This record gives sequence, C-alpha cells and structure tokens, in this order.
Amino acid sequence: MKQRRTALYTFLFFGFAFLYGPILSLVIFSFNESRLVSVWAGFSTKWYGELMHNDALLDAAWLSVKIASMNATLAVILGTLAALALVRLKDAKGRKSLAVMVTAPLVMPEIIIGLSLLLLFVAMEDLLGWPEGRGQLTILIAHVTFSMAYVTVIAQSRLAHMDQSLEEAAMDLGARPLKVFFAITLPIISPALVAGWLLAFTLSLDDLVIASFVSGPGSTTLPMVVYSSVRLGVSPQINALATIVIGLVSAAVLIAGFVIYRQEKQLSKKS
Amino acid sequence: MMLPQAIAQRSRALIIAVPWFWLALFFVLPFLFVLKISLSEPALAQPPFLDVIREIEDGLVTIKVNFGTYILLLEDSLYVSALIGSTKVAAISTFFCLLVGYPMAYAISVAPKHFRLPLLMLVMLPFWTSFLIRVYAWIGILKGNGFLNQFLLWLGVIDQPLEIMHTVNAVYIGVVYSYLPFLILPLYATLVRLDPILLEAAADLGCRPWKQFLTITLPQSMPGVMAGSMLVFIPVMGEFVIPDLLGGPDTLMIGKMLWMEFFNNKDWPMAASLAAVLLVVLIVPFVVMRHFEQKAAEELQ
Repeated sequence: MKQRRTALYTFLFFGFAFLYGPILSLVIFSFNESRLVSVWAGFSTKWYGELMHNDALLDAAWLSVKIASMNATLAVILGTLAALALVRLKDAKGRKSLAVMVTAPLVMPEIIIGLSLLLLFVAMEDLLGWPEGRGQLTILIAHVTFSMAYVTVIAQSRLAHMDQSLEEAAMDLGARPLKVFFAITLPIISPALVAGWLLAFTLSLDDLVIASFVSGPGSTTLPMVVYSSVRLGVSPQINALATIVIGLVSAAVLIAGFVIYRQEKQLSKKS
Repeated sequence: MMLPQAIAQRSRALIIAVPWFWLALFFVLPFLFVLKISLSEPALAQPPFLDVIREIEDGLVTIKVNFGTYILLLEDSLYVSALIGSTKVAAISTFFCLLVGYPMAYAISVAPKHFRLPLLMLVMLPFWTSFLIRVYAWIGILKGNGFLNQFLLWLGVIDQPLEIMHTVNAVYIGVVYSYLPFLILPLYATLVRLDPILLEAAADLGCRPWKQFLTITLPQSMPGVMAGSMLVFIPVMGEFVIPDLLGGPDTLMIGKMLWMEFFNNKDWPMAASLAAVLLVVLIVPFVVMRHFEQKAAEELQ
C-alpha cells in the first residue's frame, strides 16, 4: 500500500514538472540578455523596457482588458440567471434546451463559434443594419456567448450544494423573492461568482481564434498581436509579456483561493 | 397593482428567458447561417459569396442552391485526409492525456484531505494563464537548438538533434499539455467520491491492490473517464493554434484547413462547409459526453 502511494506521488511530481517546466522556462528566459531565447547570456530586464515602448502591443492590451472586464460582468449576470434556471426552476419551459445550449459552448471548437458568429453578424448587418461593422461590440458579444457557459457551470454547482433553509426562513418571515435573492442567495453564492468573473475575464483576454473572425479593422486584441509576433519566431519580448501575465494571473488566483478558503472556514465555524 | 404571485411568475419566466434567448440568438441561430452560406456560390464580392436567396429584378427572387463545395469536399482527398488527420490527432492525444491524467487525478484523490484542494489549484493554475503563451513555450523547448535537444545532447543520449518541432509529435505534446486539466478535473470528481468500503472488503478478502484497481476503481470511474475524454476529444478536433504553431506539413487538421480557406483563400462557402461537416461529425461524441455526464451526476445523488 505504502509503496503504491510513493509511486503515485512520484508520478504526480513528474506530472507537475511537465505542467510547470515550460512556464518556468518562459519566465527565466524573459530575463536573458541575448535575443536568442535558448542560450543564456546574462541577466537583463531590457526586454521589459522594450515592451513598455511597444505601442501597438500596449494599445491591443488595453482594448483586450476593456473587452475582458465588460465580458466578465455580462457573463456573470447571464451565467447566474442560467444557473438559477437550471437548478431552481426544475419544471420550467425551455429548461432542457437551455441545459444543452449551455453545455455545448464548453466543448464547441472555437473555430466554429468564430466563423458562425461572423456569418450571423454579416447577415444581421445586411438585414437590420446592426451591428454596424465589426469591432469591440462584436468581439464582446462573441466572448459573452462562450464565457457565460463557464460561469453557469461554476454557479450551478454552488447553487446546487447550498443550504436552502435560510432562504425558506426568510420567505416564511414574509420577504419578497427578489429581496431573498439579493439578501441571502447572492451573498452565499458570491465566491462562485467571483471565481466565474475571473475565469470569464481570462478566457476573453486569452482568445485568439474567435476574436480573429469577429474583429474588424482597428480592433486588434492582445492575442492577435502576440500571435502575429510568435508566427515570426520566438521573441524575448513575448517572454517578458508572458511573465507579466503569469505573475498577474497567479496573484489573482492565489488571492481568490485564499478569500474562498477563509470564507469556507468561517462558515464551517459558524455552523 | 400586480399580485406578488404574478410578479414571482413573471420573474421566473424572465430568469430563464434572458439566457435562453441570448444563446438561441448568438449560439444556435449562427449555425443556420453556416448551413446557408455553405450552400452558396463563392464569388469575387464583398462578402465573397452569392447569396442562396437573391433578387434578380424588382421583386423577382430566385433561390439557387449550390452543392459544389460539398462535392469538392468529397472529391478532393486533401479535405478527407484533413478530417482523418484531425480524428487521429484527437484520438491519440486523448489517449495520452488519459495515460498522464488518470494517475495524477488518482494520486490527488488519495492524498490527505487538506492537500487535495491546493493540488487541484496547482493543476488549474496553468489553465488560467494564456493558452497561446503556453503553446509558444513549447517552441523554445522543441525546436532544433531548443532546451530539449540541448539537454539530450549534453546527456549524450543522442548525437544528432531530434526533429520534433513542425512534426505531428510536437502537436501531440502541445495538445496533451494544454488539455490535461480538462481531463483531470472530471476524473478527480468521480474518483474522490468512490466508496472506499468496496476496496476495503476486497482487501479483506485477499484481493491484490492491482486487481482491486482493475476490478473496482477503474470500472467505477468510467463515467468520469468518458466525460473527461470527450472534453478533450471534441475541442481538439477543431484545434487551430496548436497545429499551426507546432505542427508542420505532415499535420493536416480540419481546423487549420478551415482557417486557411477563410483567411487566405477568402473562400467563405468552403469554410462554412468544413464547419458544417465538423459539426455533424462532433454530434456523436457530444451525445456520448452528455450521457456520461448525466450518469456521473446521477451516481452522485
């Protein structure tokens, strides 16, 4: 038994080495003096300096952050509604079709989502005159469509596992459904919604394929800039950018994890 | 003044209606346009196709359906081999994902309770950092003078650099690396809820650990295995970034083909036909996935 555990843990260790090795190599070589990414030539932060003067990249990054935060907010609202419908409205009309429509975007190849939405936007503009051209708005709509599915999954599991007795007590005391939702349900599921917001934010910030289809001239997102630079070969500036992204994401995930952990601990203390 | 009950009923309807209509409009309806454009004729126009339904003169409308792209799709062996290539890459990399992911999920599920959540977080963390950047990281590792070759040459295992970059092997590595978390999470969720009583009973009756695993743990975790495998298989079928950045001339995949038809050849009807074919092909694994997800959910209750 003990031997088997050791073997398993060793495997786990190598698994994590596989997951983190490439990321670590990116970070290390972002501090490399030489332009060659695979030969170490001394410590330097010059690529970070160059990154700060790369205007095309900074503009794209700003656009991506704007779209990502609007996307995350909309996706959390729509995803929470969908999760409420799926968990609480067991016999509502359209629930089954909603369940299918919400699972499909999770696995649907991005290339199909991107192409099909572009064709929809082109047809809509032709018929209705809206949306006028393609850009920020069409990217936002496309991102909300697939990231709300992820929020739904997260919110759904939290809603399904929460204790409903508090809500029932409030109802018995005469609170209106809307009041119950905002005063009780929402605070209880809020850790899941924070996690969902962060996930939707990073999904949008990271998307290359869908944005390439539905963006227009003048709306180039960060992954599109990164992609065109990566196609030309490895560049230490991309390593520097990757290091910044990895640092920010790790910090956000660690903080969110810590907050959820503390909240759970407090909840379990109270009960 | 509305009665509270009527308000409640209205808000219930609204709760389901808003996400339902959003997804119907922006997720389901677009597929009809894919179908429509796939039946239209390519043309030098803006947008580059002749609409199926078009007005010739005032009020005179013709409907002209063109199956040409589908016929070309079947006749040209390039498209057929791209579909086969995608299926092969998706199947083989799902298998390798299982080979790496199952022991990892199992190890986490038998780890002491307070270690499980941090370990899962460690699995998820790379998933949160940019997908594009993680694929990019492998270029530096796999290329001719990359880290892997430098390391193996230094060890003396090889005396010629290995050619992995721009081959299908690089695509396998990239896919397994990028999609591993998708498999570990559902697998862990089923494995951690397995009843240890069966295993204890088997052990008491003298069943060997390996046999315990093969006869009890593995069959019981099948819903998780299947659901997780489809979660990898389906998106990989349409993958574009990995074959484009890591693959080479020997990696024909349908996602990359679609991209090239759309962006390089500006052939929208062909791109739409490829999307339609891929969608139809993916219905079977999708139904399999839903079936096993529901089965896993039922077993939990």
